[in-house]
Amino acid sequence: MDLYKKTAHELSSLLQKREVSSEELTRSVLDRINKVEEKVKAFVTVTGEQALEQAREIDEKRARGEAMSPLAGIPMAMKDNICTKGVTTTCASKILYNFVPPYNATVTEKLLEAGTILLGKCNMDEFAMGSSNENSGFFPTRNPHDLSAVPGGSSGGAAAAVAADEAVFTLGSDTGGSIRQPAAFCGVVGLKPTYGYVSRYGLIAYASSLDQIGPLTKDITDCALVLNVIAGHDPKDSTSAPVEVPDFTRYLVDDVKGLKIGIPKEYMGEGIDPRIAAYLKQAAAKLEELGAMCEEVSLPHTEYALPAYYIIASAEASSNLARYDGVRYGLRVEAEDVISMFCKTRSQGFGEEVKRRIMLGTYALSSGYYDAYYLKALKVRTLIKRDFDQAFLKYDCLLTPTSPTTAFKFGEKVNDPLAMYLSDVCTIPINLAGVPGLSLPFGTVEGLPVGIQFIGKPFGEGTLLRVGYALEQNTDLTKPKAQMEGVI
Amino acid sequence: MSAQYEVVIGLEVHAELKTDTKIFCSCPTEFGGEENTHVCPVCLGLPGVLPVLNKKVLEYAVRAGLALNCEIASFSKFDRKNYFYPDLPKAYQISQYDLPICKKGYLEIEVNGRKKTIGITRVHMEEDAGKLVHGGATIATSRYSLVDYNRTGVPLIEIVSEPDMRSAEEARAYMEKLKAILEYTGVSDVRMEQGSLRCDANISLRPMGAKEFGTKTEIKNLNSFRALQKAIEYEIERQRDILEEGGKIIQETRSWDEGKGVTVSLRSKEEAHDYRYFPDPDLVPVVIDPQWVQEIRDSLPELPDAKRERLVQEMGLSEYDAGIITGSRALADFFDQVVAEYNEPKMVANWIMGEFLRLLNANNLEVAESKVKPRSLAALLKAQAEGTISGKMAKTVFEEMFETGKEPGTIIKEKGMVQISDEGALAAVVEKVIAANPQSVEDYKAGKEKAIGFLVGQVMKETKGQANPGLVNKLLKDKLG
Repeated sequence: MDLYKKTAHELSSLLQKREVSSEELTRSVLDRINKVEEKVKAFVTVTGEQALEQAREIDEKRARGEAMSPLAGIPMAMKDNICTKGVTTTCASKILYNFVPPYNATVTEKLLEAGTILLGKCNMDEFAMGSSNENSGFFPTRNPHDLSAVPGGSSGGAAAAVAADEAVFTLGSDTGGSIRQPAAFCGVVGLKPTYGYVSRYGLIAYASSLDQIGPLTKDITDCALVLNVIAGHDPKDSTSAPVEVPDFTRYLVDDVKGLKIGIPKEYMGEGIDPRIAAYLKQAAAKLEELGAMCEEVSLPHTEYALPAYYIIASAEASSNLARYDGVRYGLRVEAEDVISMFCKTRSQGFGEEVKRRIMLGTYALSSGYYDAYYLKALKVRTLIKRDFDQAFLKYDCLLTPTSPTTAFKFGEKVNDPLAMYLSDVCTIPINLAGVPGLSLPFGTVEGLPVGIQFIGKPFGEGTLLRVGYALEQNTDLTKPKAQMEGVI
Repeated sequence: MSAQYEVVIGLEVHAELKTDTKIFCSCPTEFGGEENTHVCPVCLGLPGVLPVLNKKVLEYAVRAGLALNCEIASFSKFDRKNYFYPDLPKAYQISQYDLPICKKGYLEIEVNGRKKTIGITRVHMEEDAGKLVHGGATIATSRYSLVDYNRTGVPLIEIVSEPDMRSAEEARAYMEKLKAILEYTGVSDVRMEQGSLRCDANISLRPMGAKEFGTKTEIKNLNSFRALQKAIEYEIERQRDILEEGGKIIQETRSWDEGKGVTVSLRSKEEAHDYRYFPDPDLVPVVIDPQWVQEIRDSLPELPDAKRERLVQEMGLSEYDAGIITGSRALADFFDQVVAEYNEPKMVANWIMGEFLRLLNANNLEVAESKVKPRSLAALLKAQAEGTISGKMAKTVFEEMFETGKEPGTIIKEKGMVQISDEGALAAVVEKVIAANPQSVEDYKAGKEKAIGFLVGQVMKETKGQANPGLVNKLLKDKLG
């Protein structure tokens, strides 16, 4: 029985029936990591021994008949920008190569509390800046569907790990598409929750007003189970929403009758691979067949989202990343005086893309330019938010492609930052508006998975799960993994 | 002096708030403590942490703002002030930029009997930085520097005045009044020597009658009232000399060198930081309920001006005495407590202004550190009024009270200092002194009134100062006819 292939909800039932132990399961996934990691390179750190120890503890608790959460005993991994006490957390950056947090992120705390097993930390674009994992300060992760293709980014390691069955589920973070785009490229389910739904405490910040932690899973049911654990108000995060969290599994019903779904025309135009657009129409047709109503809608300010995002995100990043100065932790490059030490440490510690965004953000916040760039970008953000508010007066959710293309090849875009930035054109507006977005696998093009994105109202994750679940129940296009055999 | 210049001064004052915990985490704010022990991931700015505003800080800022007659903003926010320095662990300070919590206030000062209102532009909240200890003289010349983050995240309010002051004396008076108000409201320890109250001064000169401001310099490192006054006086003269020689003032930041008594250039305007302020996305805007502001307003204690007025009007103190006593809340409270036990305000004021302050200053102590409790001072004054001890004895007793904290009754008993007011007991001594000093007796009888003083002194000497001098005087006069 290949345990590592199974979903969390399948495994949960096996564990609860005591047909398998968490230790067996964890061993199975660790074996899988040993077997394929050389090709995929999804992990920065694997904590095998600790994982097995943790698994044995969970097994003992279960043997004692203690109450267990549905995810107890399930092995998972986290993007390496989520703090794990005692386990190196690097953001895939040389500047934090040796940083061991003395504290747990709130999500880490919640997942450990729920009894999940931490397998290790996943590779990413440095400080979550990038769309291909080529910006990792250590090594790139490869797409398990095609090792010459990128896994997407920035949560490329987290997406590839789930796709390659190196973890049952993972947590990623999404600032402009960093969960959804790699989920689409790797053929897994990825959710960026509503801003404020999941605590950011312990998530190493890239752009604080946009960052959000979310799950990458093998299917929609797992997504609901993980969201059940990680969502909720956290007094340690001032931007965390003081709202009640429902049991998301109650949205897992095969029924979309009467749902109104808008398809924004701005997301279907130039630059979108026509084969992806065709899948999107096929998904819409399927949903109509199941009783939903789909029609075209307009979000007129969409074209301004990308420039506004790169101003706001870079501005916040320039400030958030200023603390890596070599004084207290991480890399220090010695120099003759303190200013030179700052300069050398930062010059050698940060990669090209990180430096590019720090410079861009510093410029945008500079005296004399603030109004023209940062303030203007905030106004654009408000307009984009209003586009969504307007659309949600009429529609329960929106349907778009997750990314304009499928996974591209290594080196294809790395020297053209603008082309790389366009990879997130469908996901960025969702972060600016703060609403939730779910990427669901839907078919393949030339063997590479396609993702479609459902966008919901604030705290409307339930609707997204419901639509995704209905599609999963009614078409095999949502399961692209079958075609992966033989690659790894 | 050729041209006449008008001096223009504005002050930026930082006061540490005495909340129990820091502004964005729950570490203690306590002064001292072993280096880097009052720290946690949040105030150390470790990767991934987030700030959460301490509501007490907000309350104290509002309290200070109300005491300074400010408008309280119903909507304000926090911003990041970005700059690199090893004592600033996030490389930005969380502060308030364009929407401070309080604005448009004022306070009143009095210099040479002339009252003046000084405007307060704004009061805003921010976090303090850590403390650097250099291996050598400065960070640039040291082989190493050490940093203590205990102070990082201690809450501060910055109080920015209007450029309304026209002399060093006015600046000092403003600072003294501000200190008193902050102390009265209980929001800060206001200890300049510990750095819980710090001051920067902006100074410029302009030709008398001109409307435009001159080019200003900002003076940092003013750690005492004396430094404030001396530095401003020096800077005024420095600028005046430059202007009189036809030179131009360079807009710059200067530092007060206490040892040399001069201000020295730190950095010019061109070298000034671009702080790249922007709203802190980790914090939500501060929205204030007017009802809550009213509750804070209702809970404000009597402030220095009102208290001073009461001491003059109701207790008959002089303006000067009332000013000194109300200059610090601790002293004013001490005064009130003595008067509550012994209702002779003028007498109490004399003792506080005289012996009490003299001994405090001589021993470099704060009122709170004094071993003499208000009730003990009241008991001493009562003993003097009842004639149990003389005024001179009272001073001796007070000195011992100050030193040991003993009750006056105990000291009087221990020293056998009870005043002799028994005519029978004194008569024998008087007889003896008259017999031993025939010349003085002669002089007195010959009309030299002064001679009686010598004789009284002799009686006092014989009784080791315990005789009631009034009674001795009377007995002598009776005997000598």
